[in-house]
Amino acid sequence: MRPPRPRRVAAIVLRHFYLVRGSLSRVFPLFVWVGIDMVLWGFITRWLATGSTFRFSLVTALLGAVLLWDFEARVMQGVTMAFFEDVWSRNFLNFFASPLRLAEYLWGLVLSSIATSAIGLVVMLLVATAAFGLSFAAYGALLVPFLLVLFLFGIALGITGAAVVLRLGPAAEWFIWPIPAVLSPFACVFYPLATLPAWMRPVARVLPPSYVFEGMRGVLAGRSVPLAPLAGGAVLAAAYVVLAAWLFRTVHRYAVRTGLVARYAAESVS
Amino acid sequence: MTRSARQHIIQARGRRASNPRGARTPEKRRAEPHPQLRLARVSAARAPAVLAVSGLRKAYGSLVAVDGVGFDVAPGEIVGLLGPNGAGKTTTINMVLGVLAPDAGSVRVEDRDLASERSEVLEHMNFAAVYSPLPGNLTVAQNLRVFGLIYGVRRLAERIEALLAEFDLARFRNTKSGVLSSGEQTRLSLAKAMLNEPRLLLLDEPTASLDPAAAREMRARIRAFAARGGGVLWTSHNMHEVVEVCDRVLFLSRGHILLEGDPRSLPGEHGKASLEELFITVAREPLSLEGA
Repeated sequence: MRPPRPRRVAAIVLRHFYLVRGSLSRVFPLFVWVGIDMVLWGFITRWLATGSTFRFSLVTALLGAVLLWDFEARVMQGVTMAFFEDVWSRNFLNFFASPLRLAEYLWGLVLSSIATSAIGLVVMLLVATAAFGLSFAAYGALLVPFLLVLFLFGIALGITGAAVVLRLGPAAEWFIWPIPAVLSPFACVFYPLATLPAWMRPVARVLPPSYVFEGMRGVLAGRSVPLAPLAGGAVLAAAYVVLAAWLFRTVHRYAVRTGLVARYAAESVS
Repeated sequence: MTRSARQHIIQARGRRASNPRGARTPEKRRAEPHPQLRLARVSAARAPAVLAVSGLRKAYGSLVAVDGVGFDVAPGEIVGLLGPNGAGKTTTINMVLGVLAPDAGSVRVEDRDLASERSEVLEHMNFAAVYSPLPGNLTVAQNLRVFGLIYGVRRLAERIEALLAEFDLARFRNTKSGVLSSGEQTRLSLAKAMLNEPRLLLLDEPTASLDPAAAREMRARIRAFAARGGGVLWTSHNMHEVVEVCDRVLFLSRGHILLEGDPRSLPGEHGKASLEELFITVAREPLSLEGA
């Protein structure tokens, strides 16, 4: 397999840069919703912290969890939104009847997502730090693997979502938007895994974010650094990325075999 | 006659038409271009096929959309792919573009197999189709830049400027493609199709939304492209245009090539007054032409 050509990957990123740059309705969602989340949860956290008997800072635990979970959702949406732009503008035929390889297209989506989710992350950090005194100093260097695991899982979810829409048609995008909300109870964003009923725990254990949030609370509670579980979460997240890329490739092959790619350009397929 | 035997004959006819002798050269069949262009076309016509399609078959469940289609497009040749709706034109074009996998058969561009060297093959071809406009939320220049990068165009900025001038799009460079008139969008699609100076151009109704003057200009550009040695596969429902532009036509009916020949002489060979009349017969009574 040949390595992706940087110019083609750059073309996909450039296409999304042009879209975002030229449209306020695409710029606002990059930071408005995450900013609102930070403000809302910031005040909730501040209220809960009044008279709190927790051994650790609620701001760091709760608001930090919201921030990290929002980051993961932003990464996923960065991929799916970039893909949906091609769905909405019926651009598949132009791209897939060109020399562009599937891997180059996916790399373009991922890099676009890195750019857009980074903007969201910076805005969240600014609001949470400036307005509510959130400090990630308590996490130390662990913040990097925390973000990395969530980033990888977000990419995997985004590519999976794109594969589902490619297979089922544009209307299936409504299956994709709620994915972060559906997963959040299992991901143990706000509570320890032990809180979950027995049947939910195996699901939580196969979700890499649960290792991040368990680790985060462990660090804040002063326990030893949970390196092994975190590494396991990272491996799991990387495996999901590979699986998602395989799924997208399989669906694309199906689409080429059945004519779905061509029909995307000509009509709605669902 | 069995279907495979008939197909064999059709392919043999196709080879004769792709390598014409004497009075049946594409140059003499078409309204004459400039003498220098004619010379270029003569030398180009001797080169191997720019597109070689062989035994293409595609079925959707029990419906056979394309069955044993085979034809060549020589360098400098403009081949019209004609047929009524549902005849298999778009299916054939989609297979040539690599967005639809054939059940059987092969597509070779300049002797490279599309199935095994997809990206490399597609670097040397391009297409414009009315049903696949460029993203309307990018400007004209942005679209050309994005696709120029995808097609690996060298000196991209210069190439874009040249195409903007050639297709009269310079004043729209910063206009979102989606707000262009349909004629302007068609010009943009053609400019994109020319970005990589392809060896093979696939055009699906390229002049459908153009006014007569713009359509004439566009036909002249396509002819000039062919005169430089490029091969063109052209679908159209405008039979007057086909007669004017195409060196050879292939009539598809029910998924296979029913007739093939010179668009100017073919109607007479089948007792029809015009290509349009022949088209209508292909659409309504294809059986009357079977084995012709």
